[in-house]
Amino acid sequence: MAYTINNASEIKEMLETCKVEGYQDLYAHVPKEAKFEGELNLDLGKSEMEVISIMKSLSKENKVYSSIFRGAGAYNHFIPSAVKSLGSLSNFVTSYTPYQAEISQGLLQGIFEYQSMICNITGMDASNASVYDCGTAASEAVHMTTDKKRNKILVSKNVKPSTLEILKTYAYAYGDSIEVVNIKDGLVDKEDLKAKLDETVACFYVESPNFYGLIEDTLEIGEIVHENKSKYILGADPLSFGILKTPKEANCDIAVGEGQSLGLPLSFGGPYYGYMASTKELVRKLPGRIVGQTVDSNNKVGYVLTLQAREQHIRREKASSSICSNQSLCALNSAIYMASIGPKGFYEVSKRCYDLSHYAYENIKNIKGYKNKYETDFFLEFVIETPVNVDIINERLKKDDILGGYRLSDNEMLMCVTEVNTKEEIDKLVEILKEFSL
Amino acid sequence: MKSIYEISKKDHKTFKLPLCDISYELDDKYKRKLENNLPEISEVELVRHYTALSKETYSVDDGFYPLGSCTMKYNPKVNELVAALEGFRDIHPLQDEEDVKGALKIFKLAKEYTCEITGMDDATFLPSAGAHGEFTSIMLIKKYHLDRKDYKRTKIIVPDSSHGTNPASASMNGFDVITIKSDENGLVSVEELKKVLNDEVAGIMLTNPNTLGLYEENIVEVTRLVHEAGGLCYYDGANLNAIMSVSRPGEMGFDCLHLNLHKTFSTPHGGGGPGAGAVCCKDILSKYLPNPYISDDLKISYRDSSIGHVKDFYGNFLVVVRAVTYMLSLGRDGFKDASQNAVLNANYLMNKLKPYYDIAYDKTCMHEFVLDLSRFKKETGFSALDVAKRCIDYGIHPPTMYFPLIVHEALMIEPTETESKETLDRVADIFINIYHEAYDHSVDLSKAPFTTNYGRMDETNAARHPILKYGD
Repeated sequence: MAYTINNASEIKEMLETCKVEGYQDLYAHVPKEAKFEGELNLDLGKSEMEVISIMKSLSKENKVYSSIFRGAGAYNHFIPSAVKSLGSLSNFVTSYTPYQAEISQGLLQGIFEYQSMICNITGMDASNASVYDCGTAASEAVHMTTDKKRNKILVSKNVKPSTLEILKTYAYAYGDSIEVVNIKDGLVDKEDLKAKLDETVACFYVESPNFYGLIEDTLEIGEIVHENKSKYILGADPLSFGILKTPKEANCDIAVGEGQSLGLPLSFGGPYYGYMASTKELVRKLPGRIVGQTVDSNNKVGYVLTLQAREQHIRREKASSSICSNQSLCALNSAIYMASIGPKGFYEVSKRCYDLSHYAYENIKNIKGYKNKYETDFFLEFVIETPVNVDIINERLKKDDILGGYRLSDNEMLMCVTEVNTKEEIDKLVEILKEFSL
Repeated sequence: MKSIYEISKKDHKTFKLPLCDISYELDDKYKRKLENNLPEISEVELVRHYTALSKETYSVDDGFYPLGSCTMKYNPKVNELVAALEGFRDIHPLQDEEDVKGALKIFKLAKEYTCEITGMDDATFLPSAGAHGEFTSIMLIKKYHLDRKDYKRTKIIVPDSSHGTNPASASMNGFDVITIKSDENGLVSVEELKKVLNDEVAGIMLTNPNTLGLYEENIVEVTRLVHEAGGLCYYDGANLNAIMSVSRPGEMGFDCLHLNLHKTFSTPHGGGGPGAGAVCCKDILSKYLPNPYISDDLKISYRDSSIGHVKDFYGNFLVVVRAVTYMLSLGRDGFKDASQNAVLNANYLMNKLKPYYDIAYDKTCMHEFVLDLSRFKKETGFSALDVAKRCIDYGIHPPTMYFPLIVHEALMIEPTETESKETLDRVADIFINIYHEAYDHSVDLSKAPFTTNYGRMDETNAARHPILKYGD
């Protein structure tokens, strides 16, 4: 199937206008050694019917679970139909970065409103238009704080493992150094943090809820970090801000995280997006696109891409980040999601996740042989020690079409419960877990 | 347009959760006390608001979108249908391998197609965008040299016609960037290259066809010289759409490259993303590809030799699903057809405009060409920006403006293969009309556009006094 249009006589006429006889003449500048002779070793193009049939059968080789208790960075939340529908409007889907403001006001306003909503939920002063994911958001954020004197980055050991790995890769590239702060009872070990803070430390990156779902004392950690004149960067599931202390209230300098929980499907891990919000002081160091409000030639309120002097197309090798394309449509979907549930819905979904996950936690830890690993409070996710190997439990759950918790070790699983898991689902989960009771 | 915050009214809300009598108390010290000022809006208002926003957004589905270097080709609808299949959309990234065989096969297929089209040996689909792919590719080169304990290679060569992301990606990797001038034909100057090549050079970053839309005729010599100096060659695949099944980066002598699946392989740009910046490489760099690595036997592994993680999970999976749908649709005949017609469309339009506008480098172009409006500006007083803005009045999206930087009043036009001759004829007429309007001063182009709901924006003030959220 081809998406080209012109028929043979149109093509002939066009070739004549170009004063060439055939396509080959248009490629006359390609040197012989670089010419690819022959045919690519690929199938011929297929019809739409064939393509759909092939792709459908591939999709069926993936198991879609009716009940999901796994998170660890990707969360199964409800997405209102209106969000799906509006997020697929073809003008949003098939437009480019809004370079031409006069014919992109809708998209620009949509992104401006996204930035505003990120500020609403985090309490921060400013947000960019998104970056690739949580890991790259954290990496860009820590790099915003480094300079010649302060180039050491402290990271808590209990952040999401892949985020720590991405931070390490970016630090390797940038030439920054990373040191990991130990944990105690699943939380940041504040004594170790204090010991590691010195005048070379640019920032401390911590997540709350952390990878184990535990809620950190974000306010106190901030005080410790700021005492050392280092920057404080908080990573968080944005949905937690429905009930949990915001980055603003914790006095953090930069807030980042994975936006997927705000209206994006699981999608085998992507596309999601990373949100980035900062204090006023750091706005001009934020990477990526930022939309600003202004007026047009008739003094009418409008929007443009702004503060572009930070970006690669202006600063080239002096730019702090090379980001150009971002995850705009994902961010727009999140804005539509946030608007669709509103401030009350945002609180309710967040609280429902808290309530249901605690209901599951209480019921599971009371089964003989199961035990909660940590004592402090959590949001959405919690670690359970199991009487038998986690793999055995998950194999059993699979039989009932349930995707069990994420395996942390042979006898530890990270359970995740969201607003879509009903009480009945949780009760059933508990019943099955009881089969392994001691 | 009214802001969503202006539409917002207390207690307007449609969303509802199921009833539930389970409740647990959260400790006060963890609680949010800050007011949440998200807009309050009913579903009907929500739908009308975003529908209104979408109508104020020009897209490929509306019409001609010749943004040079962006390859705004038509985004087939079947790609969207396939990406919405629940077997792709509703699977968790941490399901067991045997639960997600289909997803892993998608990556395998994507690898087979991209490696065959580029003449490379291995691939990763982790990077989220072109610049992310560049960043990843340059890290492969960095790791290659460091692994060989060749610590003195601290420089990356970049031509002055390159995308800004190239030097930025190199310097993100800690390299010093050496910019070399293009020659009088708009190509990499072999003489300039020889002057800067030495044992401190880690590699070169090249776009071919380059950003002037010209095929780098000395490409084989360029990569040979860099290799002889011990450097590696990275290919920026932004312009691959011109040469599929005609010329492959593998034969040109490149060691690694990135592809923009959202350009060449028709996945939608989404108003700025998500894209996908696949990285393909030769065997010598394969072991450095980022983690996790998906092998041909559908296993996910984490390799010690890797540069590490650059992206969570496996990349922008649903973007790759769309690209694979497109690859299967086009097939070997379709790729050739697409590239040939992308090049023919560009040359046809260029030839139609040549009697009126100066072409920056007047020779057969590839998939795009650059107009140089320096003389036009001198003679009429109107700039490339003015012409671009006037295009809007005629219902088409303007070309890329003021890029590449080496052409002063540049308009970079990439029609793509999915435009008809009829559209191109109409576009040529539009540009010719604008030409006459400028020369006979019948229209003050500096005030264009005239027909839109919004005039030109005050960008200076936006940057000087930033208002970045509602209420600032």
